[in-house]
Amino acid sequence: MSVTDRSRLSLMFRRVLLLLLLVLAGGLAYAVLSLPDQAVGLSDRVRASMETSGVSNPVTAVLLNFRGYDTLLEMAVLLVALLGVWSLGAAAAHRTVDPESVLLSLVGVLVPMMLLMAGYLLWVGAAAPGGAFQAGSVLAAAGILLLLTCKRPPVRLLGWPLRLVLVLGLGAFVAVGVTLMSANGAFLQYPNSLAGGLILFIEAAATLSIGVTLAALFLGGWPDLDV
Amino acid sequence: METMTVLQWLLDGMLVLALLWLAWRALSSPDLFTAIVLFVAFGLMMALAWVRLQAPDIALAEAAIGAGLTGALLLAALARSNDLADRINDDQTVGTEKK
Amino acid sequence: MNSILLYALAGVGLFTLGLYALIVHAHLLRKILAINVMGSGVFLVLVALGGRSPGASPDPVPHAMVITGIVVAISATALALALMLRVQAKTGRPRLPEERLE
Repeated sequence: MSVTDRSRLSLMFRRVLLLLLLVLAGGLAYAVLSLPDQAVGLSDRVRASMETSGVSNPVTAVLLNFRGYDTLLEMAVLLVALLGVWSLGAAAAHRTVDPESVLLSLVGVLVPMMLLMAGYLLWVGAAAPGGAFQAGSVLAAAGILLLLTCKRPPVRLLGWPLRLVLVLGLGAFVAVGVTLMSANGAFLQYPNSLAGGLILFIEAAATLSIGVTLAALFLGGWPDLDV
Repeated sequence: METMTVLQWLLDGMLVLALLWLAWRALSSPDLFTAIVLFVAFGLMMALAWVRLQAPDIALAEAAIGAGLTGALLLAALARSNDLADRINDDQTVGTEKK
Repeated sequence: MNSILLYALAGVGLFTLGLYALIVHAHLLRKILAINVMGSGVFLVLVALGGRSPGASPDPVPHAMVITGIVVAISATALALALMLRVQAKTGRPRLPEERLE
């Protein structure tokens, strides 16, 4: 802790706090240690329903099918966080500094590979570890690399196209849910034959959305079109 | 197979110790840049912990989001915060008020 | 004690460490780091306790919850960092305006 921080809180306060937190840690550790060694949990029910889920990776099945509503709300949380960041001010002015040649050549090699990696993670998420969030985050990392080399996208892409891609994930999810509700009567109840295809469609839209949202969060404000 | 269990215990123990030590150093380091770099290292160790807990999906997400993207966000915020502090200092030394 | 309990106790330790740093530090960026460490501790406890299921593979529901949690944590961190920069722009210092605690 820095010297200025230490001078704010008296030593007595910090010692009492440490004691209280040690008691808390002891209580939590006791609670954890007193749990039974084997607990069934939900793994049996998930395994029993895997054939109707449309994918063979249980985590993807839980995320996109069994607990799909949680994922829908999570996409909404991402969007709301971005709106919160945008409402706090415009992004910092675009600094036109020439990036180093090492960064430029690295970006030239890495960004295409990251795009390929994102597509692979999205596709393989149905059967192996992967999925929309992992693919979206690799896409966001590629976007941040491009932003770091001061390669801003052209101004005409920062208006409506940007907003369209940001809403695409949540919109695809809600559209699928509402369509299924009007056809079957239950929100997000996939028919067994279409489950795999619907999950892939939703994941693809979500990947684009997550990637662009996380890269836009890095910008720190809404992209001022006049700058 | 006894050595396998001993090695696994050693790996798990050292990983847990590294996690706790990195977290403590990241939270108590006097320099903010060092704190953020240590936090990114902590995130990567967490990715290893997820692999040990048989959660490869979480390991991928933690390495990309928890370590990489959070680190980038924190470093960008630190740079902007230092810029703001420099600008505020300049205003105070010059003696003018910017609105 | 098996390795699952070891990771769960590590999660409890990280949570407590983060909570101490959250209360003690005044700088907002350190508070944000502390909250992230607390979140990581909670995720460790969730997944470690989810690995207790009998059989080869662990319970996938806590895995999905933690992936959701990681994404929510980064969105909250991004919003918190933007708020920190606004606080600094308004008050001049990236710390909460509090009186000295004696």
